[in-house]
Amino acid sequence: MIHFVLLISRQGKVRLTKWYSPYTQKERTKVIRELSGMILSRGPKLCNFLEWRGLKVVYKRYASLYFCMCVDTDDNELETLEIIHHFVEILDRYFGNVCELDLIFNFHKAYYILDEVLIAGELQETSKKSVARVIAAQDTLIEHAKEQSSSLSNIIAQATK
Amino acid sequence: MALSGMRGLSVFISDVRNCQNKEQERVRVDKELANIRTRFKNERGLSVYEKKKYVWKMLYIYMLGYDVDFGHMETVQLISAPKYAEKQVGYIVTSCLLNENHDFLRLVINTVRNDIIGRNETFQCLALTMVGNVGGREFSESLAPDVQKLLISNSCRPLVRKKAALCLLRLYRKNPDVVNVDGWSERMVQLLDERDLGVLTAVMSLLVALVANTPHAYWNCVPKCVRTLERLTRGQDIPQEYTYYGIPSPWLQVKTMRVLQYFPKIDDPTIRKSLLDVLQRILLGTDVVKNVNKNNASHAVLFEALALVMHLDADKEMMSQCVVLLGKFISVREPNIRYLGLENMTRILLVADVADSIKKHQSQIITSLKDPDISIRRRSLDLLYGMCDVSNAKDIVEELLQYLTTADFGIREELALKAAILSEKFAPDLSWYVDVILQLIEKAGDFVSDDIWYRVVQFVTNNDDLQVHAAAKALDYLDKPAVHETMVKVSGYILGEYSHLLARRPGCSPRDIFHILNDKFPAVTTPTKALLLSACVKIMMHCQPPDPELVDQVVAVFRRYESSVDAEVQQRAVEFLALARKGTAFVDIMAEMPKFPERQSPLLKKAEDTDGDASEVSATKIRQQQMQQEQNSTALVVADPQPANGGLHPVSVPKTAAPARHSEQAVTSETPQDSKSFPPSQSQAHSNGGTPQQAPGHTPGSASADLLSDLVGPLSLEAPPPVASTSSSDLLALEAPPTPTAAAATPADSLALALLDSAPTQVQPLGNVSEWFKELTLKDSGVLYEDPYVQIGLKAEWRNAQGRIVLFVGNKHTGPLTNVKSSVLPPPHLRMQSAVVPENIPPRAQVQVPVDVACLSASRETAVLEFSFNVGHAPVSVQLKLPTSLNKFLQVAPVSANEFVARWRALGGPPSKLQEVVRGVRPMPLAEMANLFIRLHIGVANGLDPNVNNVVAATTFYSGTAATLCLVRVETDPSDRTQMRLTVASEDPNTTYELKEFIKEQVMDIPFPGQSPQAATVTPATIPLTGPAAALAGLI
Repeated sequence: MIHFVLLISRQGKVRLTKWYSPYTQKERTKVIRELSGMILSRGPKLCNFLEWRGLKVVYKRYASLYFCMCVDTDDNELETLEIIHHFVEILDRYFGNVCELDLIFNFHKAYYILDEVLIAGELQETSKKSVARVIAAQDTLIEHAKEQSSSLSNIIAQATK
Repeated sequence: MALSGMRGLSVFISDVRNCQNKEQERVRVDKELANIRTRFKNERGLSVYEKKKYVWKMLYIYMLGYDVDFGHMETVQLISAPKYAEKQVGYIVTSCLLNENHDFLRLVINTVRNDIIGRNETFQCLALTMVGNVGGREFSESLAPDVQKLLISNSCRPLVRKKAALCLLRLYRKNPDVVNVDGWSERMVQLLDERDLGVLTAVMSLLVALVANTPHAYWNCVPKCVRTLERLTRGQDIPQEYTYYGIPSPWLQVKTMRVLQYFPKIDDPTIRKSLLDVLQRILLGTDVVKNVNKNNASHAVLFEALALVMHLDADKEMMSQCVVLLGKFISVREPNIRYLGLENMTRILLVADVADSIKKHQSQIITSLKDPDISIRRRSLDLLYGMCDVSNAKDIVEELLQYLTTADFGIREELALKAAILSEKFAPDLSWYVDVILQLIEKAGDFVSDDIWYRVVQFVTNNDDLQVHAAAKALDYLDKPAVHETMVKVSGYILGEYSHLLARRPGCSPRDIFHILNDKFPAVTTPTKALLLSACVKIMMHCQPPDPELVDQVVAVFRRYESSVDAEVQQRAVEFLALARKGTAFVDIMAEMPKFPERQSPLLKKAEDTDGDASEVSATKIRQQQMQQEQNSTALVVADPQPANGGLHPVSVPKTAAPARHSEQAVTSETPQDSKSFPPSQSQAHSNGGTPQQAPGHTPGSASADLLSDLVGPLSLEAPPPVASTSSSDLLALEAPPTPTAAAATPADSLALALLDSAPTQVQPLGNVSEWFKELTLKDSGVLYEDPYVQIGLKAEWRNAQGRIVLFVGNKHTGPLTNVKSSVLPPPHLRMQSAVVPENIPPRAQVQVPVDVACLSASRETAVLEFSFNVGHAPVSVQLKLPTSLNKFLQVAPVSANEFVARWRALGGPPSKLQEVVRGVRPMPLAEMANLFIRLHIGVANGLDPNVNNVVAATTFYSGTAATLCLVRVETDPSDRTQMRLTVASEDPNTTYELKEFIKEQVMDIPFPGQSPQAATVTPATIPLTGPAAALAGLI
């Protein structure tokens, strides 16, 4: 199972974290610090796996971002590597040629896209199309809500509260 | 770039991004946090939009690594909001900010449940996702049935069902009881027919977890899994959107094969055949292509197929195909594939007999040991470790040593440990082993634990032909300019013992060697200094005829440390100084160390233990354990006296005839199994003062397995006590227990066999059994016995004449204890009934054995527990006294002064009232004695006796249905606390006598009367009683 997902920029800034195993706030900070140090210092031609504290971190760099997933030692490393790529492709499709800035300003969207790809540290959906459909539907729902809230009656309701 | 849609949020993010440094960022974030905090405080004014915005900001701040310790309530509240937009924010942020143990999550269980059972599909999805990501045990208890319903529902859309499957997986991980094994397996079979591949993938993940825990319950899923796999690999009926770079869902393929690895065996011939066909196709049909992702995906499937082939115990041909493939992988450039090739080669080594074909790749693997990537180096090290045997040990270990000089910090410790283990396990000869370890200490001294050098010393001590070689080597290393402290220790020890064997070589005179050692003093720590002092005295002793100049120099060293701050160093210096004056007499004392008893390597034991601690259930691990059980010899089990490799077992227990005094001593001290064994004489107990738990009175096996005490202990023992006496008998006495092991193991071993043929094994308790018993006399729970395999704890409850003891027998070992037997032998005055112990105790398990006790009359005898078991094939048997001592049937009796005096008078004299002057009492203040009495359930009546130096006490003794009031009076002499007058009175003469004797035993230091020289000198009977006490004595 995937214990956590980390997105770290080349400067060591955290762009997304998602924890599927219970880590306390302290542990989370420690893990991020430790791993970003180890991963960012690895050269480009090394393998994508890092053994760490009895677990394995599978990571891949896309432009300025490192996508990392931590799995158990006997999990299939290449499979995890392709889960990362699968997630990246979905982001790419959604944002249209995704870049780090997209993920910074729309980090909340990255979170709900991730929720459509992984649950409980397991891959939920392998069809990019299917994920895209669900995300689109969610966006519509939110747009709809926004329209409602900006409608006249709502403004009046707010004002008179 | 898509817009975030929330201006405030975007502005904040830009602000943070524009910060020049960390400090500015913190200021900006703090400002924002303060703002959010005030806004949340007067919540009434917050619009829905603002609430959402602030909660997102909180998540962003949290992600940046700042503590967000407020606003959790507001976040959680959003979950209960009626609208999707708010709910979504609430759910997502909650599951990011809080971990499963957070209290706030409990507050929303009901809301979440309503969303799950409600009709709104989007709400269902949100709720299932959150529970799947952070649901804890409480969620699993209240939500599991609802989630199961959604998963098997016909009316739900796949979108909901796949989330339900993974949500259930999470709940199952938190509490496996939520899935009812019997009913659910049928459901799983049906679910495997699922057409939607998204749902099927999720279901397969769930199945992996279920099968990993209870494979037998899901047998009926096997055919479906194989069929799914066939369908996938053939690419039949797979929608375009579920192919990944042209490969039909590689993830589903991998998961399906993973499920199949958890079933112990697949016997059905048709299913097995079709499965093997599929695997064969994968093995042969996977090619390297240009596209990275396609390559990764197809190799993910290939490696999983390899794992499944290994698991299935496929035929030889298929296995060798696997090895060929792996051999190809470990020589490719692509680092991922090379890494996985090495990793899987290590795995295949454990399950199949392919060692020979893997050895062909040895040079390739060694090349990988020098790869720039630490991940690959680790794998390569692991593989080399796994493939090492007698035939290639020399090459591999030397390779490891060579690499050690350049290896980076991250891997050095592991490397050193592995080299040490391999060299010990597969050494072709012992001198090679010694060379390797010395090299290891030289190159990576920091990582060579004490265990390792103790082991070298043991081998050298036990093998005469090794000693010259070792001494010469030690000298070489010590002569170098910068020497690691561990090297100083091991070399110092070896030179002290054996340097005289080199005396004829040039530059190896005692004087030269002393100078080398002497140079090391300033740079080493105190324990090493102590060791070097001992080495010096030995060198001086070996120098015959004595070289006056050397003696002067050595004595100068001792003088230097005569007033050392460290007690150990000081003691040695003082003692050696005294010995040095004795001339040749001290040759006897400083004789060569006796040989060590054979024992399991602590290093290998450690490795074995950590191996056995695998708590994770995984297919490969289970498989490894099975393999280890099947072929014990290849695993790290080295206690086996004749290992297949015939390597390192020349260490044997010497059977030399023991000098007479040894045997006498052994007879007196070795007879009883536990608490009866006391040191035979006080003086000896003192001389052993440094390591009291090792008093020679201990049972033969009981010398602690701790090597440290063997090596360091003896050094402190070989020295005389600080009060150097001139009589030669004293010296003999000192020499008698030259080392705890020598006293306990060398002469006593054979004796022990004769005396206690029930204890033939080498298993040794981890502490002092009689100490444990003594403690249990005073309290009702604690350890009764412990050795490396078993621990027996005890808890007791006593009420009047009845009692119940519960023995907690725990197997500490990683293998099962077999043939476990226990029987309780009650003395005549007790009636006891014990439950039966199960014949086998599984690893790490504990069983409880209740024993009922009823007391019929007073006696000091205690019950004995005979306990035996087998570890592997070696029987172990111990006899333990059970703490059913007299005091357990006593209860404090509150007695008023009048009552006491009346009773005391009524019980006139012997045999109802007995008086004795007890000598050799352990000196203790009165308060301590009163305390001891209370712990023995004898109630002290304060102030009853006008003399402050006396203690009077009363207690009730229960036996059968009778209760006997017993009165006790102790008169002490403040000027001599080693004696006292004890008077005990009760209606029953037997009870009086037994209680008196019992109290005597408890207050006396050593239960051999007249042993203490002090007591002997004061023998004249009457104690001059001081005024008031005498008055009271006259009165009553």
